[in-house]
Amino acid sequence: MKGPGLGNLIEIKGVTHAYKTKAGPLPVLEKLDIAVAEGSFCAVVGPSGCGKSTLTRLIAGLMFPDEGEVWLHGELVKSPRKTVGMAFQNPVLLEWRTILQNVILPLEIVAPRMPRRQKEARALELLEMVGLTGFEHKRPSELSGGMRQRASLCRSLVHKPDVLILDEPFGALDAFTREDLWQTMHELRQREPVTAVLITHDLRESVYLGDQVVVLSGRPAHTQHVMDIPIPGPRPLDMLYNKDSVDRLAVLRKQIQIAQGRTGNEERAS
Amino acid sequence: MQINWQKILVPIIAMAILVGFWEWLVWYKGWRTFQMAAPSDLWPAYRRHEALFWQYGWQTLWRTVAGLAIAVVVGTFLGMIMGLSRIMNDALYPILVGFNAIPKATVVPVIALIFIGQHDFNTVLMAFLISFFPIAVSVAIGLSTLEPEYRDILRSLGASRFTVFWKIALPKTLPEFFGALKVAATLAFIGTNLVEIITPHGRGLGHLFQSAQTNSDFPLMFAVLIALAVLGIFLYYVVVALERIFAGWAERRPT
Repeated sequence: MKGPGLGNLIEIKGVTHAYKTKAGPLPVLEKLDIAVAEGSFCAVVGPSGCGKSTLTRLIAGLMFPDEGEVWLHGELVKSPRKTVGMAFQNPVLLEWRTILQNVILPLEIVAPRMPRRQKEARALELLEMVGLTGFEHKRPSELSGGMRQRASLCRSLVHKPDVLILDEPFGALDAFTREDLWQTMHELRQREPVTAVLITHDLRESVYLGDQVVVLSGRPAHTQHVMDIPIPGPRPLDMLYNKDSVDRLAVLRKQIQIAQGRTGNEERAS
Repeated sequence: MQINWQKILVPIIAMAILVGFWEWLVWYKGWRTFQMAAPSDLWPAYRRHEALFWQYGWQTLWRTVAGLAIAVVVGTFLGMIMGLSRIMNDALYPILVGFNAIPKATVVPVIALIFIGQHDFNTVLMAFLISFFPIAVSVAIGLSTLEPEYRDILRSLGASRFTVFWKIALPKTLPEFFGALKVAATLAFIGTNLVEIITPHGRGLGHLFQSAQTNSDFPLMFAVLIALAVLGIFLYYVVVALERIFAGWAERRPT
């Protein structure tokens, strides 16, 4: 069996996967290839229902592909690993726990023997980074959507994962809150180096946060286009409005249209 | 804090009107105590048999609570299996629905015949049989409707199914569980009383009711009904108190 490419922490090679349905197998991924270098952010965009969430479950080791391989850190993924952190569009905080206790949750699984004080210190450090100091002892229901999502990000990072899987974590937020969280994400990366896969529907988000943007085709998804964005972080928000970014967005928009099976003319007509 | 007199006075006045009407009706119709009881007859009836009320009341209460406790354990366990396994859900659900559809009064003679003479056991068993269903169903629904993300967060770290159950699924189901427990507590009382009335064996308020009925002693019958209501209300509020302690987080706080 051939190992992963040098320096790539996440390597998805020729992954094909189909769901079994009553009407027969429903292929969602077909010969998908994605490689993410250590410490970099890979934004994955694609049409709705193209299998992006399936991809996150494959990387997390919650599912296994019919064909192909998923490598993390030079190891073939055969089961869930303690070195993965996940955050979703729904922050899924536990209502009966305070914010602090929510953030600690992964440590209870990964490091059950770690002294409570140490767990709390680690969680408080992260909460401070995302600006939630003073809210540690609140319940999730007492926080705004943006704050809940910040807490969810802290929880995904608290056990210092190698791999961060973000499944549209900013998708349900209003535009201003979303931009705030994008900047928070850059700040977090400065202090908590992590390799990440970010699933998103927002092309601006992919360009602002990604070191690499992967466009998936419509279902069954394969890698249709890969764009590198070699700009070191933290990036200023203005960056989205400079010429390079506008050009990149135009390319990505075009690629999405191709992925959706549409041409530019049709879009203008509608 | 300001006392809301309207909230206190309105129910009291409403109840006073109802009791007053009842008293008046009995007086107006000239019913005797073997035909109907008036509210004013109840207290003397209670005083006449005060010791029995406490003794039998305790018997009814402990057997109800014992049956309910077993229903909680078994119901939660059944709900757990059904909520976590599709196959077990498909297998058990029709059986439970079928069993629940049987009028429980018909089960009493069967149990009495099988476990002949085991009065306490029969009564506790009946209280359990009648009350575990809502608990099992609510736990099963609570578990099966758990959003997959909750599971994924822990499963992606290699947590076992039990850990996911213990840390997330179980606490998340508590509000539904307590909702069902309120219903189950009332049902368990019905179960206990069914046995006490249908197969009387000299124990429990149901027995007192039954012997009052034999003598057409309406004041005593109504006094027993009130005593049962008091016990039922007491048990209900015990459950509410437990709910506040264990699932108080589910209550919306005024903001």
